[in-house]
Amino acid sequence: MSLGIGDVLVQLLNGLSYSSFLFLVAAGLSVIFGVTRIINLAHGSFYMLGAYLAVSLTTLFPPTVIGFWGGIVCAALVIGLVGVLVETLVLRRIYEAPELVQLLATFGILLVIQNVTLKIWGTEELFAPRAPGLTGSLRLFGRSFPEYHLVLILMGPVVLGLLWLLSYRTRWGVLIRAATQDRDMVGALGVNDRVLFQVVFFLGTMLAAFAGALRIPVDTINLQMDLSVLTETFVVVVVGGMGSVLGAYLAALLIGLLHAFGIMIFPKITLVLMSLVMAVVLVFRPYGLLGKPEGAARKGILAIELPIKPGSLSFNVFWLGVLVVLLVAPMVVGSYLQTVLIEILILALYAASLHFVLGIGGLPSLGHAAYFGLGAYAVALATSLLGVPTLTSLTIAAFAAVVAAAIFGWFCIRLSGIYLAMLTLAFAQIMWSIALQWVDLTGGDNGILGLYRSPAFASITAYYYLVLSICFIAVLIMRHLVFAPFGYALRAARDSVLRTEALGIDVRLHRWIALIISGGFGGLAGGLQALQKGGAFPDGLSVSQSIDALVVILIGGVQTLVGPIVGAAAYFGVKTEIMRYLGDSWQLVLGLTIILLVVLFPQGIAGFVKQRAAR
Amino acid sequence: MKSANCILEVNKLSASYGRARILFDVSFVVHPGEVVALMGRNGAGKSTTLKAIAGMLAQRSGSVIFNQTDISKFRPHKISRLGLGWVPEDRRIFTDLSVAENLEVGRQSARPGSPSWTVDQLIEVFPNLGNMLNRPAERMSGGEQQMLTVARTLMGNPILVLLDEPSEGIAPKIVEQMAHMIINLKARGISVVLSEQNMHFAKLVSDRAYILERGEVRYSGTIEQLANDASVQKAYLEF
Amino acid sequence: MSLLQVRNISKTFGGVQALRGVNFSLDEGQLLALIGPNGAGKSTCFNVLNGQLRPDSGNIILAGRELVGLNARQIWQHGVGRTFQVAAVYGSMTVVENVQLALLSKGRGLLPVRRSTSHYFRSEALNLLEGVGMHIQADRPASILAYGDVKRLEIAMALANKPKLLLMDEPTAGMAPKERHELMQLTCNLVKQRGMSVLFTEHSMDVVFSYADRLIVLSGGTIIAAGDAQSIRNDPAVQEAYFGTGKTFEI
Repeated sequence: MSLGIGDVLVQLLNGLSYSSFLFLVAAGLSVIFGVTRIINLAHGSFYMLGAYLAVSLTTLFPPTVIGFWGGIVCAALVIGLVGVLVETLVLRRIYEAPELVQLLATFGILLVIQNVTLKIWGTEELFAPRAPGLTGSLRLFGRSFPEYHLVLILMGPVVLGLLWLLSYRTRWGVLIRAATQDRDMVGALGVNDRVLFQVVFFLGTMLAAFAGALRIPVDTINLQMDLSVLTETFVVVVVGGMGSVLGAYLAALLIGLLHAFGIMIFPKITLVLMSLVMAVVLVFRPYGLLGKPEGAARKGILAIELPIKPGSLSFNVFWLGVLVVLLVAPMVVGSYLQTVLIEILILALYAASLHFVLGIGGLPSLGHAAYFGLGAYAVALATSLLGVPTLTSLTIAAFAAVVAAAIFGWFCIRLSGIYLAMLTLAFAQIMWSIALQWVDLTGGDNGILGLYRSPAFASITAYYYLVLSICFIAVLIMRHLVFAPFGYALRAARDSVLRTEALGIDVRLHRWIALIISGGFGGLAGGLQALQKGGAFPDGLSVSQSIDALVVILIGGVQTLVGPIVGAAAYFGVKTEIMRYLGDSWQLVLGLTIILLVVLFPQGIAGFVKQRAAR
Repeated sequence: MKSANCILEVNKLSASYGRARILFDVSFVVHPGEVVALMGRNGAGKSTTLKAIAGMLAQRSGSVIFNQTDISKFRPHKISRLGLGWVPEDRRIFTDLSVAENLEVGRQSARPGSPSWTVDQLIEVFPNLGNMLNRPAERMSGGEQQMLTVARTLMGNPILVLLDEPSEGIAPKIVEQMAHMIINLKARGISVVLSEQNMHFAKLVSDRAYILERGEVRYSGTIEQLANDASVQKAYLEF
Repeated sequence: MSLLQVRNISKTFGGVQALRGVNFSLDEGQLLALIGPNGAGKSTCFNVLNGQLRPDSGNIILAGRELVGLNARQIWQHGVGRTFQVAAVYGSMTVVENVQLALLSKGRGLLPVRRSTSHYFRSEALNLLEGVGMHIQADRPASILAYGDVKRLEIAMALANKPKLLLMDEPTAGMAPKERHELMQLTCNLVKQRGMSVLFTEHSMDVVFSYADRLIVLSGGTIIAAGDAQSIRNDPAVQEAYFGTGKTFEI
């Protein structure tokens, strides 16, 4: 294939157009994060809402230039106001809550918006009218390029310019920049921070919705838009530096052009290229191109913890009893309940592996699904391509996850707090996108189906015992590590990095190894899941999969080692019941439940129980 | 004392950080136009008192009457808008912003009954700032930042200013300018509460003094009384 | 003989020169106090010594070995212990576990994984705790200790590596006068018993004058005076820079 100057030029323009779009979404996320310090997982949802509403409005309005652009702008403004509503009703109440709780709330919002969008617009993909007056194409050295994309290309620099004018030439801009640095001081100088936060939310969500609305003539509109835009947005924000609009622009240019030329040269691996760029940038600038180190920790992830102790006699007896019950269960209950128990055990192992780094290590990983999903795909590929037996495929799953955790972890240990959370999320989203895009290997949306277990584990009862023993041993190993000096070093680093380094303990080394161990067990859980379901699917790598582990831990209580196990049982039960009785409303109910729990108990349910108990 | 005569009346103010209680029933008053020094050693509770008055501590109890309004439940921005300015000890300059922008953040519209300030008037009081309005605040020296932090608060046209450790960590020459500035504020009818460890500085600028020790008020009197009372100084102020 | 030699250390932050050619030395078995007004460069100097900051130029020689360029971890391994201005101990562990961890860290890359922590160095840890009078509280959670006891625990942790030099950042900040003297008396005893040296910063002048063998005064990023308590107290430069004479305030 020979590339003419026309091809290169068209790809350049495509890249610029894509950059502009990425920048609009990322700038909104960055501005919101800068001032509120909230990682807004629902940012993509506002983008999606903007697109849906714009389709409806442009169809409703007369098909003229004014009608079309009026529809786009109205959609952006209306969704901006929805953003303000969400901020006022939900987020305002939890600015003082731990970061993970805030994140959970935004995930609840994401679920609610998903379901509301589905209820209003249905599941069918929508197509929008094309922009009047911009339906033609340009001829460039024998290649054609749609005129509408020129508008998109212009939009990036135009919005950057407008944001610059807002930031440097208006009082509100000055206030937003000041609040990004020290919002409490801005309040102390007489600025109503609540109004300021509303303005910021309006601006941020409006930008996302505007980006969504602008894309309607060139994209199909569907319910997956919210999550698919999150990946690249997060990569852009991490690369650009959180809270920096100019950084977001530079990063969007970089990623957008890379994307365009990547497609031309290596169509399959644009996301791999993107992650390589992210990796390179983060090695040299851990806080992104124009980002600044996070200020002094505003609050810990968790409240002060008490020393951990091996369980009391009655505690041990209780758990021994649970183990005995689990061992005899297959003799009493049928295959349905055995399946339920298998799922709970897998969820418990998955959550416990996250708890190891999050609860013990104090590292807020938001991308634990990366290992879970990787484990599932590893088992599926090893079984379907190599035809290896079950136990070998599980070993391969754990090994693949360990390798991935070693690579991701190497970047993660340089960061802490919200930056770490963002980076882990970006890694997981990249894995998710690869699973979706690399259709030849992963089957894309459909996943890899038709897995069979080795004959020895083919029966549900045999598999139940395999899962039980693997989960039991894995949890015991993690428990052992927690009580060993290694685990103490992790907790020491969580309590005070400075003190721990001053005692001669290599904090990064311990954290890296903890991430690897945690990743390995997460991968094992994913592998077990794949063999249970008979397939591996992109869902296993999704944000919801990561959040599941978080919800389980928060329900079970971050401060106890058995928390993940208790939480898994409770969460699984609740979720299945909701899904069974509510059909497609389950997202709405689950989302609202999460939001309600978070608003009512901002310190977590377990924290709330502890507080009550202490009275 | 009747509250009508007071610009600020602090009554049994208590405050905590987490489980640790820092202030215990602190009470004191400030009359209009007065400069009152809160003195005491490091950790005595001076900064915490000022923060609690400014609304910057969530965990507080007791009453704070400012200009006949009970502000003890108000959020910081509302307190600031009533004309009570707070200058934090650690300056908290917006280093990413220019000097002029820092002043802009503090700007409030003029309030009847309190002296109002423009950037030009502030430059008369702090001549150094005039030459560096467009300079990023991170490229200022410590003393210049200290002036900016006061000027920024004055942009809100306060009737009462809480100055936390104005003389700390700055060169003697700037300390002298800070003293001039406080006297200048007083001349314009602005009341000042300053937290201070340095007796020389306090004596120079203030009318009355309270001494805090371990979160409680232990002494109150005019600054002359305190300056002549070697035993009190030895007990609460000397190192 | 001098244990620590600090030669010509300079450090600049964003155009502000925090340290300009600081020189001093510390003899074995000596308690040296570093004093000076706020902003004089004390914390910068301290953070350069403990490896948190890297100086722009200069040398720090501890018992013949260069410390500049080493990180906090390596400096600990070379025999420098430290306590923090706001005492930092591990609230999620018991008192004795705090010290056990300090003992475990000695000369290891990765901490052991074989057995649970209670099997390692418990008796050694209890000995160290006894040395600071904390052995009775060994099994209490560190998060519920009184502040003075937290300080003692921190010292016990710092002693775990048998340091040649102990750096103490404002050891008595936030303590009552009685507690202050107990803590400093304890420090003096430890210095004698273990033949180590101590460098501390301090605002509390009664502590400095009663316990320091020698004082150095930092002002504007340089040492303006060094000597014993008496000579420092009478040094006019020090009075002007730090104790204040009142002259600067005359208008």
